[in-house]
Amino acid sequence: MTLTIAEVEHIASLARLNLTDAEVARFREQLSAILDYVAQLQALDTSDIPPTSSVLPPRSVLRQDEPHPGLALDALLANAPQVEADQFRVPPVLE
Amino acid sequence: MEELASLSLLRAIQGLRRGDFSSRELVAACLQRIDRLEPRLHCFLALTGEAALAQAVQADRRLSAWRLSPHESLPPLLGVPLAVKDVLCVAGVPCTCGSRILENFIPPYHATVVERLLAAGAVLLGKTNTDEFAMGSSTENSAYGVTRNPWDLERVPGGSSGGSAAAVSARLAPAALGTDTGGSVRQPASLCGVTGLKPSYGRVSRYGLVAFGSSLDVVGVLAQDAADAAAVFRTIAGYDPRDATSLDLPLPDIRLDELGTGSLADLPLKGIRIGVPQEYFIGGLQAEVETGVREAIKTLEALGASAQPVSLPHTQYALPVYYLLAPAEASANLARYDGVRYGPRAESDTLWQVFRRTRGERFGAEVKRRIMLGTYALSAGYYDAYYGQAQKVRTLIKRDFEQAFGQVDVIAAPVTPTTAFRIGEHSDDPLSMYLEDIFTIPANLAGVPGLAFPVGFDRQGLPIGMQLIGPYFGEDQLLRIAHAYQQVADWHTRQPTI
Repeated sequence: MTLTIAEVEHIASLARLNLTDAEVARFREQLSAILDYVAQLQALDTSDIPPTSSVLPPRSVLRQDEPHPGLALDALLANAPQVEADQFRVPPVLE
Repeated sequence: MEELASLSLLRAIQGLRRGDFSSRELVAACLQRIDRLEPRLHCFLALTGEAALAQAVQADRRLSAWRLSPHESLPPLLGVPLAVKDVLCVAGVPCTCGSRILENFIPPYHATVVERLLAAGAVLLGKTNTDEFAMGSSTENSAYGVTRNPWDLERVPGGSSGGSAAAVSARLAPAALGTDTGGSVRQPASLCGVTGLKPSYGRVSRYGLVAFGSSLDVVGVLAQDAADAAAVFRTIAGYDPRDATSLDLPLPDIRLDELGTGSLADLPLKGIRIGVPQEYFIGGLQAEVETGVREAIKTLEALGASAQPVSLPHTQYALPVYYLLAPAEASANLARYDGVRYGPRAESDTLWQVFRRTRGERFGAEVKRRIMLGTYALSAGYYDAYYGQAQKVRTLIKRDFEQAFGQVDVIAAPVTPTTAFRIGEHSDDPLSMYLEDIFTIPANLAGVPGLAFPVGFDRQGLPIGMQLIGPYFGEDQLLRIAHAYQQVADWHTRQPTI
């Protein structure tokens, strides 16, 4: 199975990744090879097998609804590339 | 003075308490050795020498006071230097995850494991190199340069916790924290000739660990031997209310230094049933690795254990399952790196382009590859065939282990198909690099603990490792067996000449 250039570009767009043409070509080849390799899973009959999303036993992890101190605002904003009025500043979302 | 750096963690604790040397001297010895060898090895991404010496002076004060009234108890790791993989947050110290997308990130808080080490009196030497976001098996995917294997500088240390493994192997630090999503503690431990513990999923808090594959990631330990690994493991393990995936189960008391498992004649492993899975002794396995592992199993039998074949029939599917599930989880976890809240930003006119440019310019090739693969596996139309099917096969792999542990107490197997490979050997072919993890991934998928330790050397003088895999929350058993082995074998005491 070989992915098309358009498919690779679509995945990159879903993943919010700008890729160069060289990257698109390389990933097309490498991802196709990896998908061929993982296709061996299709041979297994799993019709009556439940999926495992976590190995932990299902349980409630709710805590008491009590206020407790969190991290300081300035400590959290300190790593941001742009801050204004105690908020993260970004360019327009809509053009 | 530099020879103090070669002491095992437990010997160092003993020496500090007796007053044979001070924590300041011990820390200075490690820093001196780091200073001398780091240009050749590149184990560290950040060094915190000054803070470490200040911590050591404080520890020395406490130790002197204690020697005057030794009835008081001391924090278990007081004055001992340790290193931490650069995917775990230490407040105030840069955390890059080996990535340019976090090149200027300084965490405002400690990971719980770091907090526990500090509360236990440990002194932090620095942050160790890793494949970018722990994705890799060689540290070649670090954006900040490869770490070299202390046994052969032209070879990789393994990965992704390669900086931690190489640092312990070269005696730059007595022990170090690593993380293991598909083998990232055990594989570098094996390639560097040290002992590496991957605990059970849920045993150690991941609060403050930068997430990669959340259903698989665990924090583990790299150390000179099983007794040292046990001492660090006891410190970091246990329930943490800040991590909803950590379990509130009692931790068995593992003080291997105080166990009397001294000699062959004592048969310390009497009654232990070791399973040897045929699926782990396959084509492509280096003959010397197979011989080393089989010899080690004979030694365990001489110590009283019995060995028998077991089958884990779905082993061959573990790798394809992993390379769907881990990238899928990674693609979601790494969505947070968007140039808004932390990390550098590639400026653009629209937010959409800020995301795409920042991520496109700052992520390395392997991270992009996995994000792409994971996004594809989760995308509309492919979800059931890829992600859903992989989750079902994961169930089969988990059941394999449950069935095996109905017959045996522990499973013994190779850690990696070969000893350390050359830098660049797999770099053009991602699939061949993925095959490095073929024997370590099943334990992550099943959530069970694994322990790697050295059992010999090949003709080129490179370490050979063996792994023990145990039932869920059975770390104590693994550590006891490896400890008994290390009482009669001396592979773990050998040091590379650099």
